Amino acid sequence: MRDKAANLGVRLGINRDHYRIPPGLYALGDPDGNSPVLATCNYKLTFDIVRREMKIHSCWILVVETYGINVWCAAGKKSFSTEETARRVKESGLSKVVNHRTIIIPQLAAPSVAGHKLKGLCGFKGVFGPVRVRDLPEFIDNGMKATPEMREVDFPLSKRLDVAMVEVMGARKFMAWSVLICFVLAALGPGGFALHGIVWSGLGAFGVVASGFITGTFIVPLILHLFPARAFAAKGLMAGSAAGLILAITFARNLPEGLSAMAGTAAMTSWFAMHYTGSTPFTSLSGVDREMKIYMPVQGLLIAAAVLTWMGWAWLGIIRG
Amino acid sequence: MKKFRYLENTVTLCYNENMCIGCGNCVIVCPHRVFSIENGKAAVMDHDGCMECGACSLNCPSEALFVRPGVGCAQAILHGWISKVPFLGRIFSPDSCCS
Ligand code: SF4
Ligand code: SF4
Repeated sequence: MRDKAANLGVRLGINRDHYRIPPGLYALGDPDGNSPVLATCNYKLTFDIVRREMKIHSCWILVVETYGINVWCAAGKKSFSTEETARRVKESGLSKVVNHRTIIIPQLAAPSVAGHKLKGLCGFKGVFGPVRVRDLPEFIDNGMKATPEMREVDFPLSKRLDVAMVEVMGARKFMAWSVLICFVLAALGPGGFALHGIVWSGLGAFGVVASGFITGTFIVPLILHLFPARAFAAKGLMAGSAAGLILAITFARNLPEGLSAMAGTAAMTSWFAMHYTGSTPFTSLSGVDREMKIYMPVQGLLIAAAVLTWMGWAWLGIIRG
Repeated sequence: MKKFRYLENTVTLCYNENMCIGCGNCVIVCPHRVFSIENGKAAVMDHDGCMECGACSLNCPSEALFVRPGVGCAQAILHGWISKVPFLGRIFSPDSCCS
């Protein structure tokens, strides 16, 4: 249980520095000179998964310095590099420990590790292992051959929601600012210049932001493949309009308020769904760049319309008495 | 991945068949099964399946592949844009979802 709580802590980014493994060579089980060598990152969660999945196979684990970041993200940041791997091979004295000259590199490190250049740098040949750690034993038993399925990334529901938790931490600052902005705006009219009114109006506005966050970060990933659009921001607009409609029907006191809630929820959901692109293993830089240029103006216009309708209606009421 | 598809006709992946020596590295490293080997040369089977991770171009020994590598992350792209604005770049600390 403690360990589970600690693992959740790692995902949420709390005390991440405590979740680094010192780089170097580790023995798993009772390895000898013929045992395979696996290279991996120094993120503790990954190391623990390798340890768990390899429990019946004795092997050597070569941990490279990725600053506590997982293999995939470290490859994106180029810290899990060809040079770093070669350096750890030489530093650890691996050539004196094993008789063979092969190390298994995680396939997801391939964006930053040139397998064919390793040999020239450190004398060890790099062989790319499977995408998922759980396929490692089978890969090794098959004489280091991966099936096509082992080479392809997947994105099951559990992983989609798992990475959504990371988005929660990423949105902390944004949410704190939006609370402040909601109450300042509420104080400038919609609250009717009374404390009670300001609190309720501010909470209502923040409810729109929060609904957008929940819909964009959890609902959209949940049904990611069911939308008739490919752009994440477009998926967000669809889901957000639906969520906004429910919000408007349930809480709005009049039509302008309802329309404002709907536009606001659609815009916020689109924004957060767009941010979810960073958590998926299939979005490209060119694609995300393109959808941001198309949909960020749409999100901006919707938010402007929502705020203007909300504030305008309130002021109209004040002027009319 | 057949279940999840992203935008069509956006990726920067380029393949020059004349340079290919048919080593098969691209087939091994690509996490989206974009390539296969046909008649001793690589063939692009699923261009739109590419996520521009850059694994194939880095691991191609004969420079037959080009891709502008990057991370398809809205937050990282946004930070990239913001950091180019002189004043704003100083207020917003560059942190991305992967850090
Ligand atoms: S860049 Fe990555 S996803 Fe695209 S083809 Fe190359 S290896 Fe496959
Ligand atoms: S890695 Fe390059 S040379 Fe090798 S098969 Fe692919 S394209 Fe051809």
